[in-house]
Amino acid sequence: MSTDQADVFALEAREALEAARREGRELAETERVVAMVEARTPQEALARTRAHEANANSAAPGSREPMMINLGPQHPSTHGVLRLVTELDGEVVRDIHPVIGYLHTGIEKQCENKTFWQAITLVTRMDYLSPFFNIHAYTQSVEKLLDLEVPTRAQWLRVMISELNRITSHLVWLGTSGLELGAITVFFYAYRERDRALDLFEMISGERMNNRYFQVGGCADDMPPGFEKLLRQFVSEMPSRIDEYEGMLSANPIWLERTRGVGILPADQLIDLGITGPALRAAGVDLDLRKARPYSGYEHFDFTVPVGTNGDAYDRYLIRLREMRESVRIIEQCLDGMPEGPHIADDRKVVLPPRSELATSMEALIHHFKLVTEGFQVPEGEAYSAVECPRGELGCYVVADGGPKPVRVHMRDPSFVNLQALRPMAKNAYLADLIAMIGSMDNVMGGVDR
Amino acid sequence: MSDYRNVIEVACPGAVIDEFEGPGDELTIEIHRDHIRAVCRFLKSEPGAFRQLSDVTCVDYLEGNGNGDRFRLAYQLFSMETGDRLRLRVWADAEHPEVDSVTSVWATANWHEREVYDMFGVRFAGHPDLSRILMPFDWEGHPLRRDYPLGGENVKFSDAV
Repeated sequence: MSTDQADVFALEAREALEAARREGRELAETERVVAMVEARTPQEALARTRAHEANANSAAPGSREPMMINLGPQHPSTHGVLRLVTELDGEVVRDIHPVIGYLHTGIEKQCENKTFWQAITLVTRMDYLSPFFNIHAYTQSVEKLLDLEVPTRAQWLRVMISELNRITSHLVWLGTSGLELGAITVFFYAYRERDRALDLFEMISGERMNNRYFQVGGCADDMPPGFEKLLRQFVSEMPSRIDEYEGMLSANPIWLERTRGVGILPADQLIDLGITGPALRAAGVDLDLRKARPYSGYEHFDFTVPVGTNGDAYDRYLIRLREMRESVRIIEQCLDGMPEGPHIADDRKVVLPPRSELATSMEALIHHFKLVTEGFQVPEGEAYSAVECPRGELGCYVVADGGPKPVRVHMRDPSFVNLQALRPMAKNAYLADLIAMIGSMDNVMGGVDR
Repeated sequence: MSDYRNVIEVACPGAVIDEFEGPGDELTIEIHRDHIRAVCRFLKSEPGAFRQLSDVTCVDYLEGNGNGDRFRLAYQLFSMETGDRLRLRVWADAEHPEVDSVTSVWATANWHEREVYDMFGVRFAGHPDLSRILMPFDWEGHPLRRDYPLGGENVKFSDAV
């Protein structure tokens, strides 16, 4: 599209064009595609359709121009606000162009203006279905910079809560992707269990979502009285609940028809695209950071990493269900072998003193005051640390300059990276299968846009 | 001196500027920006080496590093065979920040580099689709630069309502 066609460009296209002119460059691919589908008024739309038709008529006989359709940003099956500019040839998707950023809230920028311990609250809001994993990656990076040892009990508490979070995240995925493919019942079943898990989160952290439970140095508090009993009850029931989901879906002819053979990419291409988590393991690649680079004491737990063979949406479904079973096993091991000891490190320069000491110890009061008003200082350096979140490798890159505020906090969110696989996956697939693919990749748009 | 530094120096003479160890087991190798693509291609193809690029990101140092460079890029490499991580560091110029794109080496670099371009204004030579990714296409400025203010600017909508 040449620049003299600017009069038939719609608003966003003109804006992109102006931005490109300002920077002295041509329009990039995504900008050009968005320019082709945007229209503010019916007149604009008509003018562009005419221009499009003129193009089509001048093309070689028999050649077919794909129809450009906007899928999203508001679409029930896009898990948030994802927009796909789709090139359709009848029911066949010729190409898609993901347009993201609709949920961008500038969290990384905000973190640079908060102290290290304030930023914890912000990072939980990135991938809102797995808040504990976000804090875990962030606090691990900060602890690495501080060279701070986390007590064993705190590590086990982190593992226990993380695995419970993995279950809730997979339950949301199961419920919503079932919903998208017409299996409504499973949604109610999945949310029934999720709600009980959220009750447990509320009990231990005070919040049902965006839980600020992990702190730099350990966990904010120990398990409250009665928590263990309820959690044991939950994990003892969970395997039979997972049997129920499997009973509804695993041999369901409609579910099989919709997910089998859908969204397959070769393992090599997935690795090249940076895909991690269940989406990669479904293709037969045994990569799980809990095994590959054990952190937070994962080497002490006995669990297996489910690996698929076909790499289709059905395998991803099976793997997530098996992962829930493994998470149940890990939680049981946590409860059985929970080591005694403090739930947070004892470094008063970094960790808040216990509440009880504030009334009796002047020193504790001073530390408390300094930590709350100023925050703690982190030595100069950079650290990257990653955890295996329900969607794959969630990494956090933190740069410190010796002051109380981070110079840079960057999240390597698996949803952002995994979304790139959608384009090669969707090429020459049916439009209906595209919806199954979006569901099976389990991207959370809060994590994609941050 | 680490093994990785030796290996890179043998394969790509003149590419390595320096290396930094820590914290923990982290290793950072600073690469001359003209060599980044060649070094990445070598590290990916070397048997048992870095098949996955986990992340590409950038840090803005307003005061610069003393050589007229301002943007410090970090490439996080991951070896699936050994579980090793390696970070490559490249400095980009303050006036016209531009670094070779590594999208042709790892396809995953595509969106990471778009994000760095969007947030910092660092351009990637040879990138197939270098456009904004998180901010609107008509956004002015690059939000994660240190001289970009936090708050205070007008809220922008791309449509007049």
